[in-house]
Amino acid sequence: MSQALVNIRDVHKHYTRGAETIDVLRGLSLEIGSGEFLALMGPSGSGKTTLLNLIGGLDTPSGGSVTVDGSRIDALRSGALARWRASHVGFVFQFYNLLPMLSAERNVELPLLLTRLSKAERMKRVAIALQVVGLADRARHKPSELSGGQAQRVAIARAIVADPTLLVCDEPTGDLDRKTADEVLGLLQTLNREHGKTIVMVTHDPKAAGFATRRVYLDKGQLATGAAA
Amino acid sequence: MRFLPLVWAALWRKRPRTFFTMASIAIAFLLYGLLYAISNAFNKGVEVAGADRLVVISKYSLTQPLPYSFLNDIRLIDGVEAVTWASWFGGVYQDERNFFPQFPVDAQSYLDMYPEIVLPAEQREALLRTRTGAIVARTLADRFGWRVGDRIPIQATIWTSKTGDTWEFDLVGIFDTADPSARGQFEMMLFNHEYFDEARAFGQGIVGWYIVRTVDPARNAEVANAIDARLRNSSNPTKTDSEKAFNQSFLKQMGDIGLIVKSILGAVFFTLLFLTGNTMMQSVRERVPELAVLKTLGFNDSRVLLLVLAEAAALCVIAALAGLGIAAVLLPPIANKLPGFSGMGLDPQTFVIGVGIAALLALAVGLPPALRASRISIVDALAGR
Amino acid sequence: MIPFLRQIAAVTTMNLKSVPSRLGTSLVIVIGIAGVVGVMTALLSMAAGFKATLASTGRADRVIILRGGANDELSSVLYREQGRIVLEMPGIRKGADGAPLASAELYMLTDVVKKSSGGASNVIVRGVARNVWQLRPEARIVAGRDLEPGRREVLVGRAAQSQFAGLEIGDAVEVRDGPWQVVGVFEAEGGSHESEIWVDVDTLHGAIPRQGYTGVTAQLEDARAETFQAFKDRLTTDPRLTVQVQREPEYYASRSQALSNFINGLGYTVTIIMAIGAVFGALNTMYAAVSTRTIEIATLRALGFGGAPVVVSVLIEALLLALAGGLIGAALAYGVFNGYSVSTLNFQTFSQTAFAFRVTPELLAQGVSGAVLIGMLGGLFPAVRAARLPIVNALRAA
Repeated sequence: MSQALVNIRDVHKHYTRGAETIDVLRGLSLEIGSGEFLALMGPSGSGKTTLLNLIGGLDTPSGGSVTVDGSRIDALRSGALARWRASHVGFVFQFYNLLPMLSAERNVELPLLLTRLSKAERMKRVAIALQVVGLADRARHKPSELSGGQAQRVAIARAIVADPTLLVCDEPTGDLDRKTADEVLGLLQTLNREHGKTIVMVTHDPKAAGFATRRVYLDKGQLATGAAA
Repeated sequence: MRFLPLVWAALWRKRPRTFFTMASIAIAFLLYGLLYAISNAFNKGVEVAGADRLVVISKYSLTQPLPYSFLNDIRLIDGVEAVTWASWFGGVYQDERNFFPQFPVDAQSYLDMYPEIVLPAEQREALLRTRTGAIVARTLADRFGWRVGDRIPIQATIWTSKTGDTWEFDLVGIFDTADPSARGQFEMMLFNHEYFDEARAFGQGIVGWYIVRTVDPARNAEVANAIDARLRNSSNPTKTDSEKAFNQSFLKQMGDIGLIVKSILGAVFFTLLFLTGNTMMQSVRERVPELAVLKTLGFNDSRVLLLVLAEAAALCVIAALAGLGIAAVLLPPIANKLPGFSGMGLDPQTFVIGVGIAALLALAVGLPPALRASRISIVDALAGR
Repeated sequence: MIPFLRQIAAVTTMNLKSVPSRLGTSLVIVIGIAGVVGVMTALLSMAAGFKATLASTGRADRVIILRGGANDELSSVLYREQGRIVLEMPGIRKGADGAPLASAELYMLTDVVKKSSGGASNVIVRGVARNVWQLRPEARIVAGRDLEPGRREVLVGRAAQSQFAGLEIGDAVEVRDGPWQVVGVFEAEGGSHESEIWVDVDTLHGAIPRQGYTGVTAQLEDARAETFQAFKDRLTTDPRLTVQVQREPEYYASRSQALSNFINGLGYTVTIIMAIGAVFGALNTMYAAVSTRTIEIATLRALGFGGAPVVVSVLIEALLLALAGGLIGAALAYGVFNGYSVSTLNFQTFSQTAFAFRVTPELLAQGVSGAVLIGMLGGLFPAVRAARLPIVNALRAA
C-alpha cells in the first residue's frame, strides 16, 4: 500500500534494576507504513509502552535498529535525538501532560518555540491546530479550566502543530469516559484519514483499537501475531 | 526572547512561594543598599579629599592648637603654593542634637583653597566686609529655615567670648557644593577667624590647623616632611598628612565600618542562599513531569538547563532590583534627617554591584536544580519513577 | 470523638515525624531564624556592653564640675584660680589627711596607634592630682607602680592597654612635649576610666603652655538630693565662677547618649529588616510543609479530626523549628561575641571608648522570643489554610 515509514529490526531492550536485568523487548521486528493508524495492544508488562518510546525517539534500544522516515534514530545522541523529535514526532499521553500554568494556546505553541518562526507565524499555526481539534474558543483557558476531553484535544493540537511525520499516542483515552473517548478517537481518525497523519497508538481498549486501521499484539516483548503490512 | 513567557509562567507556578521568596530577596537587597550607602557616605570624605591639599596638625592630637606664627614657617617651605587655616568652634545651635560644625577661617584664603565650595561673588564680598559675617551650607539653611540677613546665635561650649557664652553671627551667604553628592562633607558654617580671635576670652594667637596646597600632588610627601622637619623642634611639633590620609585616619577611628557592614550582609546573604536554593529545588522537583514533557517535545538537555537558570535569574534579579529600588527611594528622606549625610543616595556603582551579586546568587541557587532538570530521564519521569 | 488534646498530639506527632523527609525545607526556618537572632543579639550586645561600661563609671555621691556651657571635659576651660576656688568649697568631704576629697584635672587627647586598625586614635589623657586614689577608690593599680611626681610618667587603664599599641610598662607615649614613660596599669571596675591614660597634672602643666584645668571631680558627703542641690546652688550662685555641676552618673550617661542611640538604632533597624525576611522564609517553608501533606491532613479531617487540631499542630511545628533556630542563633552570638572587646570613637566626646560586647540574659530571652514570634507569624497563615482546604479537593489531588 505505502512505503514503510517506520522500520523496526530485531530490537531488544532491557533494564537493570539493582542486580536484576529485565528483558522488556526480545528481538522484535515491525514495519509501519505511511498513512497507517496502528494500534499496539497487549497485556501490561508486554512492552508496548517501551516499543512506543523507541518509535518516538524517547529512548534508545539495547540492540537492533529503529529507522523512521529514512533516519536511523537509534544511532542519534541525545541532543540530535531531541532535535529529531521536535520536527518529526508529536506525542499524546494518557494524562495530557499539559503545562498547568500556561494557557491552551501557549501549550500548543511550545513545539514551535524550537523553530525559527516569528511570533505571528507561530500564533497562526496554533490557531489552525486549535481549529482542527475544535477548540478555537478555548484558546485562552488554562488546563484547570478544561474538561478531560478538551485537555486531551489541546494535547493533540500540540502534537500536530509542528506538522510532524508521526503521531505517537500512549493510552490517549485511558482517563476519559466512553463518550469523550469516542470523540477523541474520532478526531485521531480524522487526522489519519483526512490529513494523512501516521499514528501509532498504544491501547488496551478493544473499542479504541477499533478506530485503527491495523492492530498489532505484543506479549512478553514480542509480537504475538504476524506483522507484515 | 520567545522563551520568556515560558520562564515567566514557570516562575509563578506557585504564587505564594514565589512571592515570599522574592520578598525575602528584595529585603536582603534593601539592606545591602542601605548599608552600602551609609558605608559610602562615611568614606565620602576620603573620596572628595583634594589631591593637592595637606593638613597640618599638632603631632600630639588634632585637638592641640598650633600657634599663628607657624603660618610664615609653612609659607616658606619649597613646594607650598598656598596656606590657609581654620579652628574648631564647637558651638551649639539651640540644641546639642542640631549638630553641625562651625569653623572660624581666613575667608579669602580658605575659599580659594576649597573651590568645591560654590558661593556667589557678592556674598563672598559680604563675608570679607562683615566682621561678624558667616556663611552656611544650603542644606543647613534649608534644615533650619535660615535666610541671608538672619542673625544666628551660637552657644559656645569651648570658646566663651569676652561678653559671655552666646556669639551672634550675621548670615551673609549660603553656599553649595559643585558636586551634590559631596554635600554631606561641607555641611558647615564658616565665619571670620579675625573676629573669633578678637572676641574670644582666651587663646589669642592660636589656630586649630593649617591647610596647605602643594604645587604638585606628586610632591605631597616631600612637602609634608619638610613642614614637619622645620617645626619639629618648636614648642608644638606638627604632623602633616595629605587631606585624604587625614580623612582616612578619621574614619579608621570609628572602627572598621566596612567590616561590620560586610559581616552583617554576609550573614544575611548566607541565609538567603539557603532559602532561595531550597525554593528552586522544590520548584524543580515538582515540575519533573512537566520538564520531561518539554524534553519529549524536543527541548534538549541544555535548553532545559537554561530554562531553569533563566527562572532563577528572573527570580533573583527582579527581586534584587525591587529591593534596590526601595533603598534608592528611602535613602534621600533618611539622609535629610541625619546631620552630615546629606546627599547620601544609592550610587550607580552600588547598584551595579548589587545586580552582579543577584546574578551570582541566581547561579548558585539555580545551577544544582538546573543540572538536575537537564538530567531527567524522559522515560522514568513519564512513568512516574 | 477523640478528645481535643489527643487529636493535637496525634497530628503533631505525624507532622514532626515527617520533618526528616522535609529536612531541607525545615532547615530554612532554622537557619534563617538562627541568622536573624544571631545578628540581632550581636548588634544589641554591643549597645549593652557600651551601656554597661558607662553605667559602672562614676558614683552618685560624686560630682563633676565643668565650665558652665561646656558639653564635656574636653571643651571645658577652668582657669587656675577658679579651680582653686572650687576645691575650697564647703560641702566637699574631707579625706583622712583633712584635705578636700576633690581633684582638679586636666583632660586632653593624644594620638596613639590602635591595635585593630593600625591607625592613630584619640586616647584620653587625664592629668590627675595626687589624691586621685582616695577620690576614686574604685580605681587601683594592678601592675607596675604609681606615678612619681615631677617625672613624665603614665599610668594606663587596662582597657586602653588592650586596645592600643605601645602601652606596655616601659613603653614611651607621646603625651605632650616629648615621650612619657608607662610605669603602671590601673583598673576601675570596668568603667570608662579604663580607656584612659593618667598623668600627674602638675607635671603636665610643666609640659604645655596652657595652665588651668578642664574640670574638678569632687566627693560629696552623701548621695542625698538635698546635699547635691545645696552644693550645686552654692557654686552656681558664686559670682567668681561660671560653672555647672552634675552627678557623675548623669554626666557619663549623657556623654554616651548619641553613640548608644546610634548602635541601638542600627541594631534594631537591621534586625527588623532581617526579621521580615525571615517571616517570608518561614511562610514559604510552612506553606510547603502543608502542601506536601495536604492529602494526609485531608484524610485525617475526613476521619473526623477537627480543623483546630490541624492548625495547632502546624503552629507547633513552626514554633519548634523557630525555637531551634532561635536557640542556635543565641548560642552562636553568645559564643562568638560575648566578652569581645572593641573600641570606637564616641563622637560626643571625640575620644575612644573601649567596651566589651555583653550578651545579657535579657538579650538572649529577647532573641528567643523574637524567634518564637517569627515562627508564629510564619506558621499562622499556612496553618489556617491547611485547616480550611476543602477535604474533597485535597483528596482528589492524589
